[in-house]
Amino acid sequence: MQKNIKKLYQQVLLDHNKNPRNFKLIENPTHVARGVNPLCGDEYQLYLRIEKDIVQEVGFKGEGCAISKSVSSMMTQAIIGQHVHHVIELKDQFITMLTEEISEHDAGHLLGHLTIFESVKDFPIRVKCATLIWRALEAAINQTSTNVSTE
Amino acid sequence: MNKKSDFPIFESYPDLVYLDSAATTQKPTHVIDAISNYYSSEYGTVHRGVYELSVASTRRYNAARMAIQSFINAPSSRNVVFTTGTTHSINLVAFGYACHYVKEGDEILITEVEHHANIVPWQQVAQRKGAHLKFVPVTDSGEIDIDVFSSLITKKTKLIAMAHISNVLGSIFPVHEITAIAKENGIPVLIDGAQAIAHEPIDMVTLDPDFYCFSGHKLYGPTGIGVCYISDRMLDKMQPILFGGDMIETVKKEQTTFAPAPLRFEAGTPPIAQVIGLHAAVDFMQSLDFNAVKEKETHLVELVIGELRSIKNVRIIGNAKQRSSAVSFTIDGIHPHDIGSILDSENIAIRVGHHCSQPTMIRYGVPATARVSFGVYNNEDDVHAFLRALQAVLEVFG
Repeated sequence: MQKNIKKLYQQVLLDHNKNPRNFKLIENPTHVARGVNPLCGDEYQLYLRIEKDIVQEVGFKGEGCAISKSVSSMMTQAIIGQHVHHVIELKDQFITMLTEEISEHDAGHLLGHLTIFESVKDFPIRVKCATLIWRALEAAINQTSTNVSTE
Repeated sequence: MNKKSDFPIFESYPDLVYLDSAATTQKPTHVIDAISNYYSSEYGTVHRGVYELSVASTRRYNAARMAIQSFINAPSSRNVVFTTGTTHSINLVAFGYACHYVKEGDEILITEVEHHANIVPWQQVAQRKGAHLKFVPVTDSGEIDIDVFSSLITKKTKLIAMAHISNVLGSIFPVHEITAIAKENGIPVLIDGAQAIAHEPIDMVTLDPDFYCFSGHKLYGPTGIGVCYISDRMLDKMQPILFGGDMIETVKKEQTTFAPAPLRFEAGTPPIAQVIGLHAAVDFMQSLDFNAVKEKETHLVELVIGELRSIKNVRIIGNAKQRSSAVSFTIDGIHPHDIGSILDSENIAIRVGHHCSQPTMIRYGVPATARVSFGVYNNEDDVHAFLRALQAVLEVFG
């Protein structure tokens, strides 16, 4: 198998795919959004309980590929307990990492483990899988629309 | 029979294992050259110019129509209307015919496993006319029960539309029986032949549907060209849906009279080079021993199904007795998109997703499937390469 595909499907991604964290409904969410990728049928619901500008609880449900599911899982870990401003910054850095020409070195300093998804860039068709849940997060926080489509 | 040498894509990509012919087929040299030569040395508009290039182009255009008439054994070349593809063909029937005859409370009958192109136009007609869209159920193995089908026909059924071959399940549907039953009941039938045109003998006289639609690009021909076969009994009932040049007889400020069929349905400068490319594709198909092609495809399908069945956690979606060369499957715990990306890294092109047929996904309770499908260039080596790469997928996801 080619090297870059091995880099994509590394152990941490496969682990989150198999055992997604925060893969649950939450009670009394304050922000909810749905993310859909019509190309492949990936679909997730994202639930947030934000109090005093802090993400107190987060959960997601739905179905999709290993990339979209593992990104979602790791995103929930990264945003829990964080201030909304930080969450928005994380979201921007993640989307920038995958959609703009920047070197791995410059990739968002806040992203931590999430930089493993930098390799998705080698598979342009899969970028939408990786950004799906972040678009839903954006919509949930803005509450402009509760339905997000990548198309 | 190794047809790979006829297809230059395999020279450009020697390692390519192309298993997505149900989406679109690769193009043989014969088709590529026909289009290229036409543009290089014969190009001119059709039906207008008095100069030699235009006259010659018109002759080529008409000859193509006759070649396609002969290929599908249509009674006359006027039954062969050029469109941009199957989607356009179905829309032509939906808005050129159905919209004028379907009334409030009427019913349009389709199957529950159609391609979106054979669902959405009928949904639109039904919505605009206050009619009902009814769905013929399909069995777990992907077959149509003729008795169930018959029981859904009522006095209000104004049109039946269905695929000849399912693009997801690979099932060959009993279109002859269905056309006969529809005829007994006086209901027009449209057959979506997109998946059948390169895999089944198509004979309009024997099948005698009211409409039969297909695309050139699934028949080793170019994109942007397709055919809507319209039976004689329907030609006069159809209204054009595109208006403009080429489809007229005389135009006055107040009123226009239309050209006779098929030109009446071909407004605007047609895709001439694509028509010539389609003619070349038909020539290419006719140069093959069709029975041998079918035998080889059947062998490859049996091989791939047999091997897939022996893999734990693999589910084949669609196990019809009469089946063509598309095989859909899922693997427990592995999303089809991940299968597709890993196979792609081994130069193996398969289709993953909902195959433009979301209701079929719902019917079989899957979000998406992986699909392999064969064309004349495929061989056993392709199947083995696919199966080896699939093992790698299983290892990654352990």
